[in-house]
Amino acid sequence: MKYTFSFLAVIALVLFAWLGSQIPGMQYLFGVAIPYLAIMIFLGGFVYRVVQWAKSPVPFSIPTTCGQGVSLDFIKQDKLDCPTKTSEVVARMFLEIFAFRSLFRNTKSELHEGPKITYESSKWLWLFALIFHYSFLIVVIRHMRLFLNPVPGWLQTLDFLDAGAALQLGAPLLYATDAALVLGIVLLFGRRLINRQVRYISLANDYFPLFLIFGIATTGILMRYFLRTNIDIISIKELLVGLVTFSPVITAKIGSIFFIHLFLVSTLLIYFPFSKLMHLGGVFMSPTRNMANDSRAKRHINPWNDPTIKPHSYAGYEDEFREFMVENGIPVEKELPPQKDE
Amino acid sequence: MALAKLEQLSKSVVQGPSLVTGAVPTKDWMETPAIFKEGNFAYPAKQEKVEYLNSQVGLEFPNARIWSPLEDDWKLPENWQEIILNGLKERLGKFRSLKIFMDCCVRCGACADKCHFFLGTGDPKNMPVLRAELLRSIYRNDFTLAGKLFGKMAGAREMTVGVIKEWFMYSYQCTECRRCSVFCPYGIDTAEVTMMLRELLHLLGIGINWILEPASNSNRTGNHMGLQPHTFKDNVDFLAEDLETLTGIKINHTFNRKGAEILFITPSADVFAEPGLYTAMGYLALFEQLGLDYTWSTYASEGGNFGLFTSNELMKKLNGKMYAEAKRLGVKYIIGGECGHMWRVIHQYMDTMNGPADFLEVPKSPITGTVFNNAAATKMVHISEFTADLIRHGKIKFDPSRNAHVLPTFHDSCNPARAMGLMDEPRYILDHVVPKWVEMPENTIREQTFCCGSGTGLNTDEIMELRMRSGLPRANAVKHVIDKYGVNMLSCVCAIDRATLTSLMNYWNPGCGVCGLSELVGNALIMDNEKRAMGYDAEGNERELPDGFRTMV
Repeated sequence: MKYTFSFLAVIALVLFAWLGSQIPGMQYLFGVAIPYLAIMIFLGGFVYRVVQWAKSPVPFSIPTTCGQGVSLDFIKQDKLDCPTKTSEVVARMFLEIFAFRSLFRNTKSELHEGPKITYESSKWLWLFALIFHYSFLIVVIRHMRLFLNPVPGWLQTLDFLDAGAALQLGAPLLYATDAALVLGIVLLFGRRLINRQVRYISLANDYFPLFLIFGIATTGILMRYFLRTNIDIISIKELLVGLVTFSPVITAKIGSIFFIHLFLVSTLLIYFPFSKLMHLGGVFMSPTRNMANDSRAKRHINPWNDPTIKPHSYAGYEDEFREFMVENGIPVEKELPPQKDE
Repeated sequence: MALAKLEQLSKSVVQGPSLVTGAVPTKDWMETPAIFKEGNFAYPAKQEKVEYLNSQVGLEFPNARIWSPLEDDWKLPENWQEIILNGLKERLGKFRSLKIFMDCCVRCGACADKCHFFLGTGDPKNMPVLRAELLRSIYRNDFTLAGKLFGKMAGAREMTVGVIKEWFMYSYQCTECRRCSVFCPYGIDTAEVTMMLRELLHLLGIGINWILEPASNSNRTGNHMGLQPHTFKDNVDFLAEDLETLTGIKINHTFNRKGAEILFITPSADVFAEPGLYTAMGYLALFEQLGLDYTWSTYASEGGNFGLFTSNELMKKLNGKMYAEAKRLGVKYIIGGECGHMWRVIHQYMDTMNGPADFLEVPKSPITGTVFNNAAATKMVHISEFTADLIRHGKIKFDPSRNAHVLPTFHDSCNPARAMGLMDEPRYILDHVVPKWVEMPENTIREQTFCCGSGTGLNTDEIMELRMRSGLPRANAVKHVIDKYGVNMLSCVCAIDRATLTSLMNYWNPGCGVCGLSELVGNALIMDNEKRAMGYDAEGNERELPDGFRTMV
């Protein structure tokens, strides 16, 4: 049910852009106003969220240690999983962010008669996530050629490699990442449906971005491979270069499919800062991963540490138990008052 | 409530309809209320304990009253919603971890089957992700734009009494072991979430007695057990006498002695009950053999800190005694005994909360001269670090055959493993003090270790079935090495473990004992001029007592 709603929401967005962009004069709204608004909300929202996180202090040093910590000289430290130096923390974070290292650890548990629990390595999620994120990243970078004039050499190389141009004949060349992105989405969506635990926890806002990105990928693919005659790539490039140089020009030759694609991208940008997609920023700031495990060697400061919280005092303790302590030969600070003669 | 028979529970775990066994609940979790019945909740804190804590400077434990989770009316303060929302707002401003963990989860489900409570109960709300969603849904509703605009569609829900009840149930079905955070791609740590939930619940006067009574004892008498100074001393004295009977060596230990070089602090459970007692004998034997200039303290007679399971203020207050006593006695540094959560507090919180300990010196072993630079600021050394260093330098001699009656495996306690990185020191020690030991399967040890199932103050008898369920993954891994290698002893460096694993082994793996590492150290230790007490074997030949320390007491 939750995915139905998300699916319908994306369909509604597509219809809205399709119909809307056909109304004369509205091309400016879909081609210029909304993209500008979206990029502003994205940048502003992203920065706002990160600043909001940064405003809250990290009161305690709470790294999750996933290996042997620094100790005696004959005990080998696991520098990646239990870092103490900044360089080690950076290495840990690098692998976390670029190789999804924690997901690489993933296991699947099963309960058998006995009872007996078994664990086996399960790298599917890691693999799906890598396929999805990296192809998406390359697709985004590849799109820069539409905004830049002239297209820099490295971008042309990337484009060339992605299309595996040496191996293909005919035009248009098929990008590997186009296929991989769609595949990644299908795999992640499929996993969400098939894994019973994940299906049970999934919310509408887990499916929505998947459908939305699927919509973006499909409209992009349609434009490139199937509806090429409906659009005019020169006009599109003119518009996009115009957008980044703040002098956008809209010509009538841009087809609806482009506006749908652009509108979905704008929606994603607007949605981004208000959603779980902010994990892009959060992954850098998670205190359990980005802190050094050196809290016994170096004092970590808590800005709101309350100096008025003091332990129950020794004096109070001794006052309550002095008699017992003296009787049992435990040293005291203040001796018992001299006993009065009876 | 009587504990289910082993066969019954074994079947129920595997066949009972649960998300683990394949039955997907038809109802959405938001529509599934928490239902309390005898046996599925730990008893509420006694009114006088809450009142006592509330009377302490710096602590806030309002709404002390007699109440029961079984009743509809939990006697919450009238403005309870406001209290919770303000409390949440305050904590979002104080803890970046909370904010990030509320915002970043993508519900990938990597954590789902990593939780021992989920594996043992199959309850969907025991998946770490869903446990966090219990709070996240409220956070979305009141603190995010998406939640305010789209409500339930965005995974938000309104704060109701039902939510409070759910929080109580599931924040006390989490032992804050951090196993989920190892697997989370963003390191989301459910411990951070349940700590906040527990803090919020305390604002309404909702807490459990098994935590708050030891905590108030610890505040007043210095230890969880409520042992007054003379009783604490007596208990240690008894152990010293037993040790003398066994080894023929008089133990020279002191209490509250000013000018000692080292203050020694260990969980009070070690001087209170088996099998911790043997661990404490191990400490006494080792320190005696070394001639260490150390003292016990009756005022700081607790290593553990149930404040960690309650609120950061209480944690700070209880922890404060360690430095206060070290300062008063004028020691150079502190050695800490074997305990899991105690070491999380010392390693990750103590210096921040109660430091800087500039009145102490960087710990230096008086025997080997090793300087413990990893404890340069906190000035507190773990007994396993201290012991491993002694062994490395050949300063102590062992007769491992004295431990020949045990074939141990080693249980990594959650906190030393995942909040400290203490994994190889105990293993190094084990290599030297027993003839042979074996590891459990790799997905159940080190950073992937499974909790005993009863940590964070959940080792109370009224929830025994729950504890046996949540302890199943640990027990099952032990069973694996029992069947494969004939393991008969589960060694560990945690006082809570020594108590809870004993119940767990008795239930799932009868015949397997539990011991602290220092027991094995002390028992194998060759002491100068020792005269080990002798017994006779079946053939009438004289030989050393076969069970070592365990022959005594």
